[in-house]
Amino acid sequence: MKKVLVVCGNGLGSSFMMEIMVKNVLAEMGISAEIAHTDLTTGKSEKADIYIGAADIVANLEDGKRTVIGLRNILDKSELKTKLQKYF
Amino acid sequence: MDLIMKDILGTPAILVGLFALLGLLLQKKSSADILSGTLKTIMGFVILGGGANIIIGSLNVFGKMFEKAFSIQGVIPNNEAIVAIAQTTFGTETALIMVFGMLVNILLARLTPFKYIFLTGHHTLFMASLISAVFATGGLKGVPLVIIGSLILGSLMVLSPAILQPFVRKITGSDDIAVGHFGSIGYFTAAVVGSSLGNKAYSTEDIKVPKSLSFLRDTSVAVSLTMTILFVIVAGLAGPAYIQSELSGGTNFLVFSLMQAITFAAGVYIILAGVRLLIAEIVPAFKGIADKFVKNAKPALDVPTVFPFAPNAVIVGFLSSFVAGVLSMFILPVFGLKIIVPGLVPHFFTGATAGVFGNATGGRRGAILGAFANGILISFLPAFLLPVLGSLGFEGTTFGDSDFGIIGILLGYLIKLF
Repeated sequence: MKKVLVVCGNGLGSSFMMEIMVKNVLAEMGISAEIAHTDLTTGKSEKADIYIGAADIVANLEDGKRTVIGLRNILDKSELKTKLQKYF
Repeated sequence: MDLIMKDILGTPAILVGLFALLGLLLQKKSSADILSGTLKTIMGFVILGGGANIIIGSLNVFGKMFEKAFSIQGVIPNNEAIVAIAQTTFGTETALIMVFGMLVNILLARLTPFKYIFLTGHHTLFMASLISAVFATGGLKGVPLVIIGSLILGSLMVLSPAILQPFVRKITGSDDIAVGHFGSIGYFTAAVVGSSLGNKAYSTEDIKVPKSLSFLRDTSVAVSLTMTILFVIVAGLAGPAYIQSELSGGTNFLVFSLMQAITFAAGVYIILAGVRLLIAEIVPAFKGIADKFVKNAKPALDVPTVFPFAPNAVIVGFLSSFVAGVLSMFILPVFGLKIIVPGLVPHFFTGATAGVFGNATGGRRGAILGAFANGILISFLPAFLLPVLGSLGFEGTTFGDSDFGIIGILLGYLIKLF
């Protein structure tokens, strides 16, 4: 099972809302995955298969080895779905 | 009876844990999920307390440096401290008002158009504490106190999110969540100031934060840096000799200040981790209860929920509110009022939120002026609240956020009429 980590600056507000959205989208796609949300500092040290967040924030996680999905609009379900489909 | 009243209901962590438990049961989750969810909720509260202690330690040092630097003694608004004092005398009343207030909240959400469930548990506790202390001193006791207190608390729990909701819709672009925080008068004021004095066309979020500064979006880093700057300035004014002899135990004053600043940021990091655990269980738990009893209920959440919608306004708002706090400190004695030392925590949380609200109605200027108005409110209201609390023997500390001031002053003078 893949682990998806949703990240924002605080790890409280927007990442939690995105996590709920990611859960819904993956459920629609019939995929089960381990999903959690956290702040940027923790995101840097926590291992996950996919990192999701607002584009300007997750850019900070990019290290060439990680799979990072940056969202232009964090509340846009269709953008999220299109980008997630590439990895599942 | 004492076990239930004092030990179980008097421990907010357990109270909130029970709330999560009920929600998970109503959702018919597996026993493993119920157990881990309840435990993690309680643990979240414990972590929160641990982080708060770290922050209080660092703020105490800051307070001492501050008093030395400006050679004044002021009252430090600290919700936790004053609630701790009130708990020793009015603990049972507070716990009962809190529980029945939550029930009144659910009832009002079901019966009225105000579909808000107030989920910021620590603020519910603080408000219950304020109400029981002010009323009990005014001569209201026993069952009438609990009944009237619960009705007032429950009403505030739906009214405060309600006055903010038109602006929350603007900020989040949806009507799914609400803000549940007893700084609401300050945010409402900021939004009104923003809409009358600001210009919505120039949002704080259009300010191009240079790419090289994007690391500031990382809360822990931003808080560390801000606190380091504040600590170093105040430490410089207080003088190395005082710090090294009185506070740091001989450690160089700059090294000491740097460590205190980063300790503060570490405390914030821990508190955020605790809040994350709480919210992750309580929001679904809330859904469990709300789905059963209240149709279309909205969760009213703590203010950091709106921070991600305008991260620049968060920084602008905090700085502007704090400046207002510092200016007020010099103006208060002119009016014969006690000096309120600007607390970084209330100015950070309520100032940042006021900035987000001000930006939503009035852009950059709205964020600056709105947060400034909030800073004035949370400096003057605690000063006006002091006489009401002073007779209770609460001198030296007071409640910080704006609603506690307004409600405390109103209730204090209301009870005198009877």
